[in-house]
Amino acid sequence: MPSIRKPSVIPGFGLSLGFASFYASLIVFIPLAALFAKAFTLTWDEFWRTALDPQAVASYKLSLGAAFIGAGVNLIFGFIVAWVLVRYHFFGKKVVDALVDLPFALPTAVAGIALTALYAPQGWLGQWLSPLGIKVAYAPLGVVVALTFIGLPFVVRTVQPVLEELEREIEEAAASLGASRWHTFRKILLPAVLPALLTGFALSFARGVGEYGSVVFISGNMPFKTEITPLLIVTKLEQYNYAGAAALAVVLLGFSFVLLLLINMLQYWSSKRTGG
Amino acid sequence: MLFKNLKKSLLVLALGFSASSALAQTDVKLLNVSYDPTRELYVEFNKAFAEHWKKTGKQTAIVSQSHGGSGKQARAVIEGLAADVVTLALAYDIDALYEEAKLIPQDWQTRLPNNSSPYTSTIVFLVRKGNPKNIKDWNDLVKPGVQVITPNPKTSGGARWNYLAAWAYAKKHLGSDANAQEFVAQLFKNVPVLDSGARGSLTTFAQREIGDVFLSWENEAFLAGKEFGADKFEIVVPSLSILAEPPVTVVDKNVDKNGTRKVAEAYLEFLYSKEGQEIAGKNFYRPRDPEVAAKYAHVFTKVELITIDDEFGGWQKAQKAHFSDGGIFDAIYKPGN
Repeated sequence: MPSIRKPSVIPGFGLSLGFASFYASLIVFIPLAALFAKAFTLTWDEFWRTALDPQAVASYKLSLGAAFIGAGVNLIFGFIVAWVLVRYHFFGKKVVDALVDLPFALPTAVAGIALTALYAPQGWLGQWLSPLGIKVAYAPLGVVVALTFIGLPFVVRTVQPVLEELEREIEEAAASLGASRWHTFRKILLPAVLPALLTGFALSFARGVGEYGSVVFISGNMPFKTEITPLLIVTKLEQYNYAGAAALAVVLLGFSFVLLLLINMLQYWSSKRTGG
Repeated sequence: MLFKNLKKSLLVLALGFSASSALAQTDVKLLNVSYDPTRELYVEFNKAFAEHWKKTGKQTAIVSQSHGGSGKQARAVIEGLAADVVTLALAYDIDALYEEAKLIPQDWQTRLPNNSSPYTSTIVFLVRKGNPKNIKDWNDLVKPGVQVITPNPKTSGGARWNYLAAWAYAKKHLGSDANAQEFVAQLFKNVPVLDSGARGSLTTFAQREIGDVFLSWENEAFLAGKEFGADKFEIVVPSLSILAEPPVTVVDKNVDKNGTRKVAEAYLEFLYSKEGQEIAGKNFYRPRDPEVAAKYAHVFTKVELITIDDEFGGWQKAQKAHFSDGGIFDAIYKPGN
């Protein structure tokens, strides 16, 4: 009978598995279980009424939509940033590389205030945009901007190591065999980085769905228009309605879970197709 | 060396005895959990109280402060933050300490004079210098083209006072509840941004330069002048406003556990003393004590003030009718309204 144990440099499979499951339970599983327990102190009827309230539904659309667009923007531009950082050498590269991590390090409220100061109608950028009729701060677009900002490092940092592994010779080989640039990109580069790109996208999206600190400053928080779901959760807490807050959290969690599942399936499918 | 050690152990022994007999000079620690705009007030008050308690209680009182949104602070205490006293923005948040966790008795608000509110405030308008939109009273806020800045009443205690003051004005001038709702709905149509808290709204108004009028706690309006320059804003006091009573209480379960009941009660009583009232007045809270109030009368404009109990039947009722999910505030934002 084949064992599931594989020889490894770190001994003590039992001990480390025990530790891993204990740690995962403590940090992730128990809080989630508590959340579900709280949400299901509601009856089904109450749960659905809270979850399907029109104001809540409008907020899901904004939270999920903005997180999706933000993650999509990061997918494209994060890839370009990673590409440039890996493939080119230029003055100040180290600085740019460090800047990418800034959204990780910055307290989100600070990010929100800084972005609002920039994009408000009187702000540095806002004063040029508002005569063109482009409203960023206090509009859904502002939510997208904030979520793009905080999600960028997730894409860059997942794609970067994969690009570093990719040998330039493969591209040269493709070119010498007559492949066009586009062909090389599509058939050689993209399949190699796609799993990492998708992971980065998923992380950026999941981070954006739950984001509160930076968004509340820039969104304007108008009900049905620029109100994100995490803010609705806070308004439930203000009414000491813990169960209602947990119910909305469960809905968000559900959406994120479904998306992560889809992306995992996509990765599985793409790695099977490319034989990786 | 030996002598020194001996002295030390004697001291420890003595401290041990005195702690058990609760007689002699020791340090006593208090935690005051408050809301955002009282920061400056309690910095000054805690210093004065420490001196007072040294004389009367023969102890060194070290008071720590915690500030944040009123509702958030109440939840922190419910979830176990060991506050000895709470000094929050509205009675509804202190009621929750009874409702959710039974940390205090139900009748907590009758334990101290004046609904347990040693100082009061009200809601005023902060407008830009020269008052370019000529805003004088609540009915100017519903005019087309006027932008009003207020935080969201669902997340901010201060904003609930704003909303209720507007409601009370409309009720007085327009009569029915339906008309009042119409008035408030009109007012909120003029609100371009709903920040989650009062400080956020002030930033939107003062630094982002959005809006023509900011509905503000009176003390915050005075502070805004200090902070952003007196030449930038003017305070306009409307014809009618609401008596905002930020109440205080000892958190019974916590003080009994910490053994701090005596000093915590003295702390709150000191708020009612002449000295405490002076400090409140200096920090732009309206003092309750008639003598001190008279002294500060030149600071605060006289205004007709309605109370939440008379007009709305108390916080529990007001919260339920106006701000709970499915209440009137939600109704005015329903699409199609």
